[in-house]
Amino acid sequence: MAGKAQIPTRNSALIAMIADEDTVTGFLLAGVGNVDLRRKTNYLIVDSKTTVKAIEDAFKEFTSKEDIAIVMISQYVANMIRFLVDSYNKPIPAILEIPSKDHPYDPAHDSVLSRVKYLFSAESVASGRR
Amino acid sequence: MSGQSQRLNVVPTVTVLGVMKARLVGATRGHALLKKKSDALTVQFRQILKKIVSTKESMGEVMKTSSFALTEAKYVAGENIKHIVLENVQNASLKVRSKQENIAGVKLPKFEYFTESETKNDLTGLARGGQQIQQCRAAYVKAIEVLVELASLQTSFLTLDAAIKTTNRRVNALENVVKPRLENTITYIKAELDELEREDFFRLKKIQGFKKREIEKQAAAARKFAEEQFEEKEAPKKGVSINSTHNFLSAGKKDEDIIF
Repeated sequence: MAGKAQIPTRNSALIAMIADEDTVTGFLLAGVGNVDLRRKTNYLIVDSKTTVKAIEDAFKEFTSKEDIAIVMISQYVANMIRFLVDSYNKPIPAILEIPSKDHPYDPAHDSVLSRVKYLFSAESVASGRR
Repeated sequence: MSGQSQRLNVVPTVTVLGVMKARLVGATRGHALLKKKSDALTVQFRQILKKIVSTKESMGEVMKTSSFALTEAKYVAGENIKHIVLENVQNASLKVRSKQENIAGVKLPKFEYFTESETKNDLTGLARGGQQIQQCRAAYVKAIEVLVELASLQTSFLTLDAAIKTTNRRVNALENVVKPRLENTITYIKAELDELEREDFFRLKKIQGFKKREIEKQAAAARKFAEEQFEEKEAPKKGVSINSTHNFLSAGKKDEDIIF
């Protein structure tokens, strides 16, 4: 396919996170956290003091790194950098918007889900689902 | 239609007509194949759409459960558990493996997670709340499982979307541009060849008529010549020279009047 990004096959890739402290703690407990030689982490804890600039930088860094397959981002954080998330269109790493504890999940804001819903309404495949 | 008057710029010959016909056959076959591919991709796409919606719903459930498990662990083991966890991060023990799946020539990524080594947080919560912490970890691993599945679905969705768009564009291009153009070229060449044939036929007719007239003329000349020959041969037999026959009546002396 012309213009289509190549999908690399690799045996081990990381899951990156941009989320609030509790969510990150939970996933770190599950064992996705990684610290490389330069003491760079594959996660960013977003609290009230984190600037939008820092989130943007982290997002750009995670999406450009080669050893990251999935970037999980809390939905309220994704809303802060919505323009970046919406303009991102590469297949790998995949961007996943996850719900966080303090903020209710709103499917309307999810960039992928909104496209899914749009296609659903256009094709009326699952008209009875929602 | 805009493509009606379009045709390729070719020399109208029988050879080119053959080439064009072969190309039209190729284009038709390619169109049929691409159409089939597009249909197959669309079927896959619909399935993925359905799966994405249901997985997104279950993701909400799983995240809720895991958050609750974390709250439980915090309650039992104390608030400072998160500092211990954050400090203990070294190497990822839970990683993602990505491989490709081939659907109608489109490569779709497929993620699956695997645990590489033992987690470093084994001693976390040794003092109190160890069981809750293990439960919390299990809940989050489960969440990862769902999220990884969702990620591969989502990536497949985006890749398939792009692939379907390109395939449909090709199908439409073949159907609406390439095929009409080839058909127009073929009709053009056929018309041109017919014209040539008619011209040729007319010319042959013309030549035939010309030859016929020429033969008739020659025949007439020959006949005339033969008659002359014949006359020349006959004249001496009658005893009158051919020259004297011309002024047979007028050339001689004036005859005396005859009175009856």
